[in-house]
Amino acid sequence: MDLLFRPAHELHRLLRRREVGARELAEAFLARLDAVEDKVKAFVTVTRKLALEQAAAIEVRLARGEELSPLAGLPLALKDNLCTRGLRTTCSSRMLAEWVPPYSATVVERLAEAGMVLVGKTNMDEFAMGSSTENSAFFPTRNPWDLERVPGGSSGGSAAAVAAGEVVYALGSDTGGSIRQPASFCGVVGLKPTYGLVSRYGLVAFASSLDQIGPLTRDVTDCALVLQAIAGHDPRDSTSAPVPVPDYVAALGDGRLAGLKIGVPKEYFPPGIEPGVRQAVERALGYLEEAGARCEETSLPHTPYALPAYYLVAPAEASSNLARYDGVQYGYRTEAEDLRQMYRRTRRLGFGAEVKRRIMLGTYALSAGYYDAYYLKALKVRRLIKEDFDRAFGRFAVLVTPTSPTVAFRLGEKIADPLAMYLSDLFTIPVNMAGLPGLSVPCGFSNGLPVGLQIIGPPFSEALLLRVGYAVEQAAGCAGRWPALEVGSDG
Amino acid sequence: MAEYEAVIGLEVHVELKTASKAFCGCSTAFGAAPNTHICPVCLGLPGVLPVINRKMVDYALKVALALNCRIAPHCKFDRKNYYYPDLPKNYQISQYDLPLATDGYLEVEVDGRRRRIGIIRVHMEEDAGKLIHEGEALNPGAYSLVDLNRTGVPLLEIVSAPDIHSPEEAYAYLTSLKAILQYLDVSDCKMEEGSLRCDANISVRPRGSEVLGTKTELKNMNSFRALQRALAYEIERQSEILARGGRIKQETRAWDESRGVTVSLRGKEEAHDYRYFPEPDLVPLAIGEDWINRIREELPELPAERRRRFQEQYGLPPYDAAVLTASKSMADYFEACLGHYREAKTVSNWLMGDFSRLLNAHGLEPEQAPVRPQDLAELLTLIDEGTISGKIAKTVFEEMFLTGKKARTVVEEKGLVQISDEAAVLAVVEEVLAAHPGPAADYRAGKEKALGFLVGQVMKATRGKANPALVNKLLKERLE
Amino acid sequence: MVIISREEVEHVAWLARLELTEEEKEAYTHQLNAILDFMQQLNELDTTNVEPMAHVLPLVNVLREDEVKPGLPHEEALAGAPDQDRGQFRVPKIV
Repeated sequence: MDLLFRPAHELHRLLRRREVGARELAEAFLARLDAVEDKVKAFVTVTRKLALEQAAAIEVRLARGEELSPLAGLPLALKDNLCTRGLRTTCSSRMLAEWVPPYSATVVERLAEAGMVLVGKTNMDEFAMGSSTENSAFFPTRNPWDLERVPGGSSGGSAAAVAAGEVVYALGSDTGGSIRQPASFCGVVGLKPTYGLVSRYGLVAFASSLDQIGPLTRDVTDCALVLQAIAGHDPRDSTSAPVPVPDYVAALGDGRLAGLKIGVPKEYFPPGIEPGVRQAVERALGYLEEAGARCEETSLPHTPYALPAYYLVAPAEASSNLARYDGVQYGYRTEAEDLRQMYRRTRRLGFGAEVKRRIMLGTYALSAGYYDAYYLKALKVRRLIKEDFDRAFGRFAVLVTPTSPTVAFRLGEKIADPLAMYLSDLFTIPVNMAGLPGLSVPCGFSNGLPVGLQIIGPPFSEALLLRVGYAVEQAAGCAGRWPALEVGSDG
Repeated sequence: MAEYEAVIGLEVHVELKTASKAFCGCSTAFGAAPNTHICPVCLGLPGVLPVINRKMVDYALKVALALNCRIAPHCKFDRKNYYYPDLPKNYQISQYDLPLATDGYLEVEVDGRRRRIGIIRVHMEEDAGKLIHEGEALNPGAYSLVDLNRTGVPLLEIVSAPDIHSPEEAYAYLTSLKAILQYLDVSDCKMEEGSLRCDANISVRPRGSEVLGTKTELKNMNSFRALQRALAYEIERQSEILARGGRIKQETRAWDESRGVTVSLRGKEEAHDYRYFPEPDLVPLAIGEDWINRIREELPELPAERRRRFQEQYGLPPYDAAVLTASKSMADYFEACLGHYREAKTVSNWLMGDFSRLLNAHGLEPEQAPVRPQDLAELLTLIDEGTISGKIAKTVFEEMFLTGKKARTVVEEKGLVQISDEAAVLAVVEEVLAAHPGPAADYRAGKEKALGFLVGQVMKATRGKANPALVNKLLKERLE
Repeated sequence: MVIISREEVEHVAWLARLELTEEEKEAYTHQLNAILDFMQQLNELDTTNVEPMAHVLPLVNVLREDEVKPGLPHEEALAGAPDQDRGQFRVPKIV
């Protein structure tokens, strides 16, 4: 039986009916990983032994006839900025290359309770700073659809692992688009939940007021299942919202969106957008109308300012969040004559170029004399961006946009030009700035590469986003189409 | 240096005695083995998040209310960014532009004059860890060791207005502040354990001038006395410079206790740029009337009120009331004594006298004294009953303090019961008169002073145990 | 337009405790100027009466009770330390 590329909800059914064993499932995915990982390079750490042990534990529970939660026994991957007790968590940085956390992130604990089978920790842009996974201190990850192209980033390893069939689903983190953009580039579903819906405890911080953990999955139903498992209040995270968690799967509906008002902000279709992306998104708007929704152009006038404001707020917070990497309590250290030398040399050698660039930018934005002009100004603009969305949601249930202005670009194409790279997150950043949920759903292809449709809703409207995404998925027929990734000489 | 006036502002840091740390569940207990009260949060591990300890805010509100401050309806925490190995995150969670409370005051009394010292702000923050500088003999200070047990202990920073004009006022301010903190039971206030620390900003200016001089910041004062001495030194130093026509350099100076001087920390400190910004991991505090009222209701009687009450209720002189209420435990001890003995002034005299002397000599707080309030009351009752004399009582009290025995036990064991038997005392009186005919004759001749000598001789012969009133009476009768 | 000078780049690197090579100083001066130039478009917006937004959630008073919870075992707390001595983290001399 071909188990790879089946969504979680199908595999769960097979497990429950004992048509496949948990061990068989884990072995199938590990075999796939062995076959393709050399090409894709999605993983920083592969936890083969752990996965098989966890699968064996699920076998025992199955044999006892226990009721399994929907994700139990399904092989998954975690972005390597999610702390795993006893298992190194590197953030794809030399700084934490050998760091083994003594505690686990809340989401990891929740997945463990749900019967996690962990295949490994995935590659990322160092400390989640980047849009291509080329900023990993270890190696770049490749896009399974075209190995010469990037998988997007920063959760590129997670997106690629799902797209390549190495795992059933993965978790990523999204500060400015780091789940949605790679999901779009790799043709998988990616959700950035409302700020506060998923606990950040144990997520190595990049920009605390923007970071959220979310799922990368094969389809929208899986996305609902994974969100169900990780969402909900956590007393260890002061910014965790005390809101009830609805039944996301039940809310998916039947693909009909009768009377739903959808706004299409014109600022998300600038002249520079790739024609293939525009066409795929326009087709998706057609699917939505066919499903009964009414799409109407609208405007979010402050959209162009989101990117510059973001590149002040996020680096400012990052400059402080990353100050702790100094070679004293944990992580990388370079010996030196005195403390100052030790600090400066450790941080010079421990961090990569993009991380240092953002630390410099953020430090500057907060420094005496520049705080008001840069950081404070950005916080004010942040409110204007949020207010744009608030107004739009007075008229529309959700907004739809392209997830990214382009499809996956070539390795090396933008790495030398930071600004060009930053523009890759043009459409995802405003959502983080406003703390809103954003879902990227595959909606078509451009020159054989996946295009993602971004669905944005008001705070805590994940159930609605998933329902809209489900309708797109049903109509677009992208689910079930996976990269060929020719394996072996006889292909 | 009378032509110069000092302008002093004090910055006090006080550790709040919550059970757990400010932003995590680690114990705040003092004196544990290094790095045993730490967790991922206070260790600043990647991925951790702080959560505010409710009691820290409650305690901070108590202090703010006791200092007559305005409580901010909205306040927030900020990050203060600087690199130091005792600060694992390399930022301190503190409060910057929206502190918990502002615009308060504290009343102090110096040389019988009462003054109000303004409180600019009260804010919450987390403490740093402890550094020990070590090294080999040939390479001293080659490395430092870091203990993070204190990291994250809640701290309150209390900043006074530059309303203080003498070292004595500074001392009085600190004493009053400490008394309030102890009455509120929110801090141990032990300078030696670092739970109370004080830095000072000080400048001088020609008396009568309204212009502020250039200030220096003084650090490293490890006691209230050290602070007083450091300020006195600095006033003199600055005044001399100005008198010579020199200029004061704005700098941080450390008090060198052994040499009794302040020394410049020039070069050891770089220009700071703390890059404060709102702590994104914590949400703001909105402190409404309900919360404030709840805390207000929990406020105990504070030193000033208690002093007034001691004067009114017990008829104590202002001086006694002030001395006894300066320390909560002394005032508590006093009132506990009054539960067993009625004469307030007598108790006050004993507490301010022998009791305080012995406490100081043994480095004890009143509640640690081996003599319990009911034991002191019993001793005083023995005097009133005539069982012992007031003089003997002092000996008995000292013995009680050293051994923890009760008054009656000491008196019996040492045979110190007063001799009030008339026949017994008369026999001694007769002996003394026979042995000293000279003084007896002098008295009869009108020299009143001679009586004192004769009383002394009787007391000596009875080893102080004769009832002095009875001795006087019998001597006079025999000499008539 | 020069927004950030090479000297300022050096100062910022000092604040951030980053040692920079001469090439990096050059590169960062160039790149930060380009990025900051891009940021200047924010000045097109009049934000005089706009409240800065540090938090997107309207949460206040998130507090925990004052309860002591077990921390890390001593050995585990120091397990990741690059250098340690007698149960403490060791750092080179502070000058």
